[in-house]
This record gives sequence, C-alpha cells and structure tokens, in this order.
Amino acid sequence: MEQLLSILTECCPDIDFEHETALVDDELLASLDIVMLVGELNETYGISITVDDLVPENFNSAQGIYALVQRLRNG
Amino acid sequence: MIFHAMTYLRNSCARHPDKPALADGGDTITYGRLWRQVCAAAPWISAALKARRRPVFVCIGRRADSAAALFSVACSGCFYVPIDPSLPDKRLLDMFQTVRPALVITTGPLPKPLPFPPVLTAGWADISAGPAYPDVVEDLLAAGTDTDPLYCIFTSGSTGVPKGVLVSHRSVIDMIEQFCAAFGFDGSEVFGNQAPFDFDVSVKDLYLSLAVGGTVQILEKKLFLAPRALIERMEERRVNTIIWAASAMKLLSALRTFDKVVPAGLRRVMFSGEVLPAKVLNDWMDHLPNTRFFNLYGPTEITCNCTWYPVTRRFANGEAIPIGRSFGNCRVFLLDGGREITAPGQPGELCVRGSCLALGYYSRPDITRTAFCQNPLQPDWPEPIYRTGDLAQWNGDGDLVYVGRADSQVKHMGHRIELGEVELAVNALRQVDSACCLYWEEKERLCLFYQAPEQDDRGVLNALKKTLPDYMIPNRVYYFERLPENRTGKIDRAALRAQYFTKET
Repeated sequence: MEQLLSILTECCPDIDFEHETALVDDELLASLDIVMLVGELNETYGISITVDDLVPENFNSAQGIYALVQRLRNG
Repeated sequence: MIFHAMTYLRNSCARHPDKPALADGGDTITYGRLWRQVCAAAPWISAALKARRRPVFVCIGRRADSAAALFSVACSGCFYVPIDPSLPDKRLLDMFQTVRPALVITTGPLPKPLPFPPVLTAGWADISAGPAYPDVVEDLLAAGTDTDPLYCIFTSGSTGVPKGVLVSHRSVIDMIEQFCAAFGFDGSEVFGNQAPFDFDVSVKDLYLSLAVGGTVQILEKKLFLAPRALIERMEERRVNTIIWAASAMKLLSALRTFDKVVPAGLRRVMFSGEVLPAKVLNDWMDHLPNTRFFNLYGPTEITCNCTWYPVTRRFANGEAIPIGRSFGNCRVFLLDGGREITAPGQPGELCVRGSCLALGYYSRPDITRTAFCQNPLQPDWPEPIYRTGDLAQWNGDGDLVYVGRADSQVKHMGHRIELGEVELAVNALRQVDSACCLYWEEKERLCLFYQAPEQDDRGVLNALKKTLPDYMIPNRVYYFERLPENRTGKIDRAALRAQYFTKET
C-alpha cells in the first residue's frame, strides 16, 4: 500500500490519496491523470489494466486501486 | 455570398426544423426549437445592450443550451466569450478585466458564485423562453459585416495574463467553406463533440454541423473517464464524425479500449492539438479499417486549422505524421529571418496568411502587432501574417512536418501552456523564493522546480489551483533548498533537464 501511495502521489502530487474516497465522482482525477496512472501501475506491477477495469469503484480511492492491483496480480 | 456566420443557422433551421441540432446526455434541441430560442434571446440581448459588437460572457457547460446561448449572442450582433465558470476566480477576473463584458449569460447551474464586479447578468432559461421575433433577427443578421467579431476565445499568455483571441465572422465562414470543400460533408454527419466550448476545437463541431444541417452530440466529460461507456454512447447516438484533440485519441488507445469495444460507426476521424504518435494512429486504423483519418494543424489565431493531411498509409513507430498542406483559401509558408524556406528538410517558423487570420488579441495592441505582423516577403501593401511560433519543415512529398516550438510554449493534455505563465504564478506565492517550470515531453509531465525555506509541495499546488486552470497545475514537483544556477546567475534549466528527465526515478 505504501508503494502504491507513493506512485499515486508522484503522478498527481496535488491529491490527498490517503483520505479522498471520490476521486472519480468528484472529478479530482482527470482522464489524462488516469492514463498516466494506468501506465505507471502496469509498469510497476507487471499487470494489464484494461478498459473494463476503468469503473469508478476501482478508481475512487487508493483502497479501490489497491484492491484492483491485488486482484490483477493474483488473477 | 454569406456575410454573417449565423446565416448558416437560419438556413438549416428553415430546412430541417425537426432534425436534432444539438444534444447532450439529457436534452435534445431540434433546429426548429433552436431557432425559436434564438429568436427570443437575440432580440432580448440586442435590446438590453442597445449596441452591436460588444463582448458578452457566456458561462458554458457541456450542455446543448450552452451552444444555443453562444449562437444567440452571435445573432444579436454582439460577440461571445465562452467562459468555463469552474475556472479559478483569479483567472475569471483576469478575463473579465481584459474584456469588460457588457453582459454575462449563465447556462445551467453554476459550480460556484461568479467572482465578477457588478455587471448585467441573465439566465439562459429566462431570455430564451420569451416570445420569438424572427423579423427582428433577420434585421440583426442583415446589419452586420463579415469583419465584425464573432467570438473571443482565451489562450495561455506568457506574461501571466490569458490572451483573448478575437475571431471575425469572415474567418469562421472561410473555415466552414474550406472544410466542407475538403471533406465533402453531406448533412448526414453526427459530430461527437469532445472539446469544451471555450476551446477552439469545438468551433468546428458547432459551425460545420450548422452549415451542413448535421447534429452535434455533446459527449459528457465523465464519459472520458469510462471509455467503454463512451464508445457505447457514441454508438447509441450514431456518432459518425469526430474532431478531437489528439490527447483524447491517445486516451482510448492507451487503455486498449478497442480490444473490447469499437466505435464502428465512425466514418471520419480528425485530430489536432498536438502530435499524435504513429502507434496510436495505427491502433485506431487497425480497428477501424473503413474510417478515414485526417491530421489537422493550426492555432486558435488562424481559426481552427490552416493545414490538413489525409492519412493514406500506416506510419512506422516514431515516424512523424505530416500536418500536410494549406486549405484552399489560405497560404502557409516557412520563414527563417525574413527569408522564405522552400527546400525540403530545413526548419523555419510556420507563418499563415489569408481570411483565416484572427482580428487580434482583444485590447492588446502590443502583442497583436508582434504576432500578426506585416508579411516580410511583400512590402508593397498592408498584409498581415500570423507567426505561429511553431517550427516546421517541408518533406519530399510537398507536405509540412511539425518540428517543435521556437519558444517555451508547450502542448500538454491538448492545451497550450506558456511555461512562463506557470512560473509567474509560482513565483507570486509567498512561500516560494524562486521557481522554474520545464516540460518533460517523453513522459508528458509538467514539472515544477522550486526553491523555498521549507518544503510544502501540496501547499504550493493548492495555492496554484486558486489562480491556474487544472491543466496548468504541474504533475511533478521537486523541492530545492537552492536551485542550481548557471554562470550568469540564472536557474540552470539545462542541468535540471539533464538530471531529472532521464530514466524513471
């Protein structure tokens, strides 16, 4: 989780990932932030996040992103 | 001959009253309803201001009625300034001070109160619902000349104040005629609008559709966070033509969207705004074998685009997609120190002449004179050219290829950004001693390097958000107790580049 938080903060230094829970719904993340983020996550964790994973539930919070990464790494 | 851009609106409204002109997720406005709204609102505006050729702010959203409000201002004889009301107050006030609008029209709910000093303000719902006066609108249309301004769209300015590019009816009419001749639209077009109305890419969606009697389907911003839903909506709404910023094309490709769902109804894809990597274009072409692709080039100051390139082959990874050749009624040429470059392979500053040239920057004669200067190749009569600040070169096929910028302007997420404007905003912060901003092209990151007594990355960024739009907020921040300096005592940008823009750290 710590590594993930540092990746997230690196991509979007202005967002408080530890506390925000509506990153997508409140439009804190812009569409290009997500592209950047997906690129970094794919590279770092050797996973492949696809368009079907891009639903608000997965990207609204750091917890959600963490769970997605775990799922893809194990699956 | 057409003198008033809204003549296209009047003609299409008369021809297809029942056809949808504008639609968003919730609302559909037919040409008939659009004409009734315009015939109520334009006479109201004209009567309220008792003057023509005055600036009117329109607070826009990604809404069909926002477009209807823009058209009504144009029909009234005044010109519109599309304003995103969610921009920081400081920026909205800068725009206000620059233009001093005579009227502010709001459409839809405002995200926050407007920060303006007292000014005549009206809600679209109120002014569009009254009785329609088509005869008055006919008179208003006839009273204009084609050199009158139609709109003013703001772009980033290196002095820290955004510049309002003022564009005439003539330039937009010219754009419409050139595009229709080049692309052969037939009225069956459904444009999938991606660009917000305060961004000149959207001028093409709105006016080309008006001219051919097509439909503009406004795609909600949220859809671009959920590409699968985006494609499904495009298919449902029968979108067959898109004129998008290259960054939006990249988005769908980067998320490997087409492995799951393909916008099979697309007939034409036009992209502009920044360099599209060949691998992204190839991905689109592989999944849409029957779609035609066009690379368009041009800054807001020459009314959307001055060159176009029909893609007829695949490009190798890393190969530059040409920006092509001039549209029929405009001339594009390369200058190097007052001399024209015609030989292939030599870079020069891309310059433009023709009816497409904007009238200038609103209320800024100083910067207007520099950017819109006399053609140095022709001293015998007054002939302005626009110097884009872009470097390009001719290739062996007679097409232009974009090379880079001659100054510190960058293209980030489809937006023009003057790095100097970001630096000025950072340097204005109390907690910062000095700062510089650099663009890491390869990673598409706007990077901020700042010197301060104490590190406070998030504090700096949050303070910037009060003055700069989101797309100008740096993506990466580096704190320094002391920034490196070169021998002349200036911040050593080359050293920062060499140290930080290498491999991922």
